[in-house]
Amino acid sequence: MSEPFIPKIIVFCCNWCAYAGADLAGVSRLQIKPHFRIIRTLCSARVDPEFIMYAFRKGADGVMVAGCHPGDCHYIGGNYRTRRRMALLKSMLKQFGLNTDRFRLEWVSASEGEKFARVVNDFIDRIVELGPSPFGKINNRDRRRKDEPISG
Amino acid sequence: MPPVTGVYPDAAGDAMENGMTGSGYFRITPGGRDYIYREEYDMAEKITIALKRGASCVGCDIAVVNFNEHLFTLLTYADIVFAPTLLDVKYEDLKNLPDGSVTIGFYHGAVRNSDNEEMAKVMRDKCRFLIAYGACAHMGGIPGLANATTRKKILEQVYKKTVSTVNPEGTMPMETYTDEAGHDLTLPAFYDRVFALDDVVDVDYYVPACPPTHDINMQILSLVREFVEKGKPLPPKGSVIASVKTLCDECGRTRSRTISVARFRRLQDLKLDEDKCFLEQGIVCLGPATRAGCGAPCTAVNVPCRGCMGPTSGVMEQGASMLSAIASIISISDDEDKLSEEQIERLMDQIIDPLGCFYRFSLPKSQLGRVVEDVKEE
Repeated sequence: MSEPFIPKIIVFCCNWCAYAGADLAGVSRLQIKPHFRIIRTLCSARVDPEFIMYAFRKGADGVMVAGCHPGDCHYIGGNYRTRRRMALLKSMLKQFGLNTDRFRLEWVSASEGEKFARVVNDFIDRIVELGPSPFGKINNRDRRRKDEPISG
Repeated sequence: MPPVTGVYPDAAGDAMENGMTGSGYFRITPGGRDYIYREEYDMAEKITIALKRGASCVGCDIAVVNFNEHLFTLLTYADIVFAPTLLDVKYEDLKNLPDGSVTIGFYHGAVRNSDNEEMAKVMRDKCRFLIAYGACAHMGGIPGLANATTRKKILEQVYKKTVSTVNPEGTMPMETYTDEAGHDLTLPAFYDRVFALDDVVDVDYYVPACPPTHDINMQILSLVREFVEKGKPLPPKGSVIASVKTLCDECGRTRSRTISVARFRRLQDLKLDEDKCFLEQGIVCLGPATRAGCGAPCTAVNVPCRGCMGPTSGVMEQGASMLSAIASIISISDDEDKLSEEQIERLMDQIIDPLGCFYRFSLPKSQLGRVVEDVKEE
């Protein structure tokens, strides 16, 4: 490989816990590798499974969903729903052939800046180990123009 | 504003956005939509129709025969110029027609090999309006489930591994072959994945369902008829000719306000209550994630919805929205916050094949589209 692999990682953060945790990690000046983009949602339950699949389609090498700890949801029970969906989504992503380590669900409270830095760094390390997502390549082929012949 | 009928709320919104006025037709241009008036539309007395199939079970051809006596009504204002199932025609007959000379083309079936692709392109060139007819052309349909594997695996299985196969020389299909007499023989190239029609060519309208029901056919017929005889505008390009609601809206079975399922089961494992919602009885039914418009004939005869109408207009993914629905209705009797992540995952394991079940008709049009090979898990 000539160029070093720079992973593309999407982290969905809920507004009330994980995003505040990320903020705390920032103001505490904790070192986090720069290869992730945060998307803030009001609740982790707002993260529809199709958002995650869309991220993979668009070439994300890993997706993390971070929300409040179970029992601490700002909307009382949102993260329970998230937990159920993500469990089922994980088994489906496995069927699609993805290594399930590319997808992670984490609970980070507003006071856990240190934990946010740790889990994101861990996740980035694991994705670098795994290399580029196979959907990145498929994606390029999908974007072919309609008058181009199909190859293979 | 022209009266855009209530059947196509999508279409109405679209028309408003585009500032459609008067009694306009819209014309297909390479750049997009372009509304024109009837007077400007150069139309012969009768319109022409072509029918062509791709990777299909021919069920959609039968669905056309299902127009019944209305087929005769259709023939008063339309000529069928190309339909291999109904008429004695050859492919060259279609290829020899001038470009754009056919008013409406129905293409049914997915795009699976180079022949399907070529004919889809010929249809696009010859037809002014191209309709993806049936679930396979719309979203890949049942042939699209081949995207859950690869060409290599399929050929290995069929030509080498099945019990009844005797193939000691390991002969595999070849795209070109010259026989002893020097004749060149060709076979279409078999693609690694299945495509829906609009992955390959530009599509004007989609008609879902497997196969399109009589009611849906009648909807198309009245659209075409009013277009030809009264000059009523056609719905905007890209419209799906069906409802925008979910199937549950049309289903006649009764259900309570909240559904909670202790355990998912198969149809043969329980005594079915014939009036009660399938999901309430623990049978996976794709109703909540599926577009209405078919009239729910399956659930009326005790068969759960399998999702052939595709996703509703508001979502990208049929499978993902069904996944959310299923995950939410599993009942958990203990305190949910005491369950560990692994326990939740075990609970979800009762859905044995989420990919095949939730994407039975829409795998090629799903976000991920096909399975891949990733780094193996340790």
